[in-house]
Amino acid sequence: MISLAHYLIVAAALFCLSVAGIFINRKNVIVLLMCIELMLLAVNLNFIAFSHFNQDISGQVFVFFILTVAAAESAIGLAILVVLFRNRRSINVEDLDTLRG
Amino acid sequence: MAQQIIFYAFSALVIAAAAMVIVLRNPVHAVLCLVVAFFASAGLWMLLEAEFLAITLVLVYVGAVMVLFMFVVMMLDINLAVLREGFARYVPVALVFAALMMVSLALVVGPKHFGLALFAAPLAHAADYNNTQALGRALFSQFLLPFEAAAVVLLVAIIAAIALTLRPSRQTKAPKPELQVQVQRNDRVRLIKDMDAEGTP
Repeated sequence: MISLAHYLIVAAALFCLSVAGIFINRKNVIVLLMCIELMLLAVNLNFIAFSHFNQDISGQVFVFFILTVAAAESAIGLAILVVLFRNRRSINVEDLDTLRG
Repeated sequence: MAQQIIFYAFSALVIAAAAMVIVLRNPVHAVLCLVVAFFASAGLWMLLEAEFLAITLVLVYVGAVMVLFMFVVMMLDINLAVLREGFARYVPVALVFAALMMVSLALVVGPKHFGLALFAAPLAHAADYNNTQALGRALFSQFLLPFEAAAVVLLVAIIAAIALTLRPSRQTKAPKPELQVQVQRNDRVRLIKDMDAEGTP
């Protein structure tokens, strides 16, 4: 049988992979946004696994809200990215140092 | 047995696709791998009897958010060579960090604390169980206020995304009232002293 630990370990592996992705793609804002999506996916998998094994629908409701917020986040993130590219002609994180003072 | 095969197949697919997302050079390929990862995790959610959310993930995420990503990736003319600089340099650090995190997480969430002995596998729902109905009941009774708040969040996101990317068109001939009210007398009327036929005042 598949236990709760199996699902939690898959989610943990997904989360660690996306953390590694943030480390190695630290210049490309698009890949950083995609890694954040993967992290949210890992968290959602945890919520749904707990919801299933505890027989409580609240976990799934929470995933619903996380999906809403994640969709809003990626829409605004990509809009900022487009404006950024329009102004700086680059999406390299190292070029974004205007606020350094 | 079939359940185990499905679980391991989809888990392997999720993890392989996630690994491809972070190492692929071309962002378009990375987005496509992310789509595969979302599909595979929708399969896992289906296995966990969260049918509504699995279908929402495919429709909303693959259908809308990933297409948005794809649009942006293809619209921007990115210089990949600059963005990949130092890629190899960060790989060892990332691997060490991820491995440490994975080991510590596996110790916490491993079978010792969340195995079948502590969290027994629940019985499957009856054939007439409706996941959408159950979710809807919870959403519209117990979680009504958060649901409305989520709607407001989406509205704010729509307005913010439009407000950020909207550029006023250069072709419009509409009057600008804020400039019209600032007009001074000197901008409009110029007094010229009357001149005689030779052009001297």
